[in-house]
Amino acid sequence: MNIIDVLIEQSPALIIAIPLLGAFLMPLVSRINSTVRNIFGLLVLCLTGFFVGILASDVLANGPRLYIFGAKDLAVPMVRILFEVDSMSIFMALITMVLAFITLIYSWSFMKDHDGLDKYYTLVLLLITSTLGMELTGDIFNFFVFLEISCIASCALIAFWISEGEALEAAFKYIVVSAIGALFVLFAIGLLYAQYNALNIATLANVLKYTFLDKIILVLLLVVLGMKAGLVPMHMWLPDSYGRAPPSVTLIIMGATLASFYGVLRVIFTLYGNVLSTTMRFSIPLNVLVGWILITLAIISIIVGVAMALVQSDFMRLIGFSAVAEVGYMFLAIGAGIAALGTPYATTALQGGILHLLNDALDIGLLFLVAGAVYYITKKRSLDDISGLARNMKYTTVFFVIGLLAVVGMPPLNGFASKFLIYESVYQLNPILSIVAILCSILMLAVFVKVFYAVFMGPELPAFKNVTEAPRSMLLAMGVVAALMIFIGLFPNLVIDALVKPAADALLNHAQYIGTVVGGV
Amino acid sequence: MIEYIPFIAVVTMIFIGLYAVLFRRNLIKIVIGISIIESGVNLFLITLGYREGGVAPIFTSLPPGTTYPAGMVLPVPQALTLTSIVIGVAVLALMLSLVMHIYRKYGTLDVRKIRRLKE
Repeated sequence: MNIIDVLIEQSPALIIAIPLLGAFLMPLVSRINSTVRNIFGLLVLCLTGFFVGILASDVLANGPRLYIFGAKDLAVPMVRILFEVDSMSIFMALITMVLAFITLIYSWSFMKDHDGLDKYYTLVLLLITSTLGMELTGDIFNFFVFLEISCIASCALIAFWISEGEALEAAFKYIVVSAIGALFVLFAIGLLYAQYNALNIATLANVLKYTFLDKIILVLLLVVLGMKAGLVPMHMWLPDSYGRAPPSVTLIIMGATLASFYGVLRVIFTLYGNVLSTTMRFSIPLNVLVGWILITLAIISIIVGVAMALVQSDFMRLIGFSAVAEVGYMFLAIGAGIAALGTPYATTALQGGILHLLNDALDIGLLFLVAGAVYYITKKRSLDDISGLARNMKYTTVFFVIGLLAVVGMPPLNGFASKFLIYESVYQLNPILSIVAILCSILMLAVFVKVFYAVFMGPELPAFKNVTEAPRSMLLAMGVVAALMIFIGLFPNLVIDALVKPAADALLNHAQYIGTVVGGV
Repeated sequence: MIEYIPFIAVVTMIFIGLYAVLFRRNLIKIVIGISIIESGVNLFLITLGYREGGVAPIFTSLPPGTTYPAGMVLPVPQALTLTSIVIGVAVLALMLSLVMHIYRKYGTLDVRKIRRLKE
């Protein structure tokens, strides 16, 4: 056994351990000076990224990988904590790492003038740890623990600009919503444990009987995780917290939100994978029911997100509402994939949804970075106070245009690839859904063209006569995102074949996930 | 009947907590409500692990004559509860410090007056 094999074998634990250790070393390292602190943060992320990378190459080649804490093998009784990494988990982990790198590089310049930065970087690393943990774990109680860590870390980051009352208000709203949500997840976990005497997802999925209690558990988990992912009617915390958190961390908070979305997928496709075709009352199968509920909520999310974005005047809050709409698109695709489970277009819908997960993170992320750059330069939030920035901020303007075109799904940018997959597959389920989705995309264009004119075009305000371009590290971060978006837009097939298809197959093929743990299903 | 009392208590506590969160206007009372929900859930977990006449699940100091593992209460829910209590303390501390700062900024704890975010 050579060194690489050992590293791959240990990597699921190291992916969590390295950023966690880094987070708690951060206050110590920060005492030296700020350059060392920045380099240390980058080093921690590079190491984590390296392990995610080698684990990804192994998982994509050889199928799911198991890591059992505190034991060599799974002896009875199965109360060990275990990490199970399949193509879907590793896809999410890769997204998280990309977002983490961009956040860190962007933060160097953006947060330079603030104090308390040792705590800031500690919280950022903790949030990254918890997001990765939620994505890699194979144990449902562990999922809850990481959910709570992400809730605490994101709440502290949202309230980071503590001198603003609004930030405190948003943070309090966020923590009330997510603390209650997490407690209901814990309640659902208790119900699962009471029935099946097990806590790891694969074992539970194997023995799930779909009793009355299981219906309650499904509802509890879907409601809470849907809420944490920002699905209407529980989306109200999302624009508030996205709009008030420092724009540099919005990306990584979005990563945590996407991890909740991953939780929804895991619950439906893996935990309830065996019973999805169970017939309910009026001979409606469970998958059709769950699928249509998700589709309905998704369509409402899209409409509400776009409509509310139209009337906002706060730049970041506006992007927050369009993020709600984007979450709606993902749920639309997933709902269609579940409702039509088994048909070829259901697989397409699922792939579209999973690709859109990546694209949403990049598109909305880039817009937040641009909004952050504008805020950094002008210190203004309201669209009414900003005007004519294109004269002095050329690169930022270009990045905003790229983000705008991607978020509304224009070819040749990445948004087009995933939205086209979604339209095409949802159309076969029900044409009206597709039409609504396309119309809302066009409305989204109206929203962002308005922003474009308000912020970058228009008369030059005397206050902004001498503004300069955003600092270099912020431009670098935005440039990396924009380059990724153009690359995915030009070669969507590469990404779909390499990452998205394995991820969708891993979700649909839940027997493999279960079999890795239980053995010979 | 008597064995259902803990479960009835769990549901009652969760609903009392939810009532406080949804209908009380004072931020501190909302925090108390969340705390009550948390206690309810913890009580639920502990109740799951109970076995009549069971002893504490410590291997090295089992009383003589205990049958293993049927004579012990389940250790897993207790571990879960401990974890959940620790997390609960962290969340509670964070919420209370937020409430403190909100009071400093707004001079009130009434949720109806703390709504600068709404447009």
